[in-house]
Amino acid sequence: MAKLYSKKNPQTQLDLNPKDETIKFLLDYSKALSVINCNKMKFEALLN
Amino acid sequence: MQNELITDATLVSNYIKGEEPALEVLIKRHKQRIYSFIYSKVLDKDIAEDIFQDTFIKVIKTLKRGKYNEEGKFLPWVMRISHNLVIDHFRRNNRMPKFSNSGDFNIFSVLSDTALDAERTLIKMQVESDVRKLIEELPADQKEVLVMRMYNDMSFKEISDKTGVSINTALGRMRYALINMRKIIDKHNIILTN
Repeated sequence: MAKLYSKKNPQTQLDLNPKDETIKFLLDYSKALSVINCNKMKFEALLN
Repeated sequence: MQNELITDATLVSNYIKGEEPALEVLIKRHKQRIYSFIYSKVLDKDIAEDIFQDTFIKVIKTLKRGKYNEEGKFLPWVMRISHNLVIDHFRRNNRMPKFSNSGDFNIFSVLSDTALDAERTLIKMQVESDVRKLIEELPADQKEVLVMRMYNDMSFKEISDKTGVSINTALGRMRYALINMRKIIDKHNIILTN
């Protein structure tokens, strides 16, 4: 039986997903961000 | 299970209306694809993480500001944002090159190759193809003048002779062509620099 000597692609071995903390940060950021409309202008406010 | 049945467009619309959990479904649905795309370009987990985060910060801001208008095309839109941020990352790194100093003087840290590297060549090709697509969107009269001036290198006098309009009209069409292209670039957040 022939042996395969080719290297495995490193990317396929990795779990290519962002960290849970990053997702949590984004969801918290979204909850905290509010956009205020004022005379055709838009202001962003981060409320903690 | 039920989340799978809800389309991206519905989730986006619900999120814009204030339903925060819709964002979580969208992120979880597409995180693997977007993160893998970014990682395939930067090949660094931490940088990929940063760009992924910046991508969604931009998505959140755009959605909350009510500026999102690409109905039904959520994923391609997010991929485009991440693509632009990847380009920004490489551009920033080129402006501030990092040298790893091993103690000995390295001649390659002061010598540089002025030819475009593979990354920049790719970016240049992408930019040129984007510009061509933008030109296709212009009205025929403006497109004609712009192509003659920029691609055929003709003078406005020659353009005027060939198209049968006055030089001022040709100049006006060129001006409107550029204004219209800038509008499309601003509207879609397209980055056209290398």
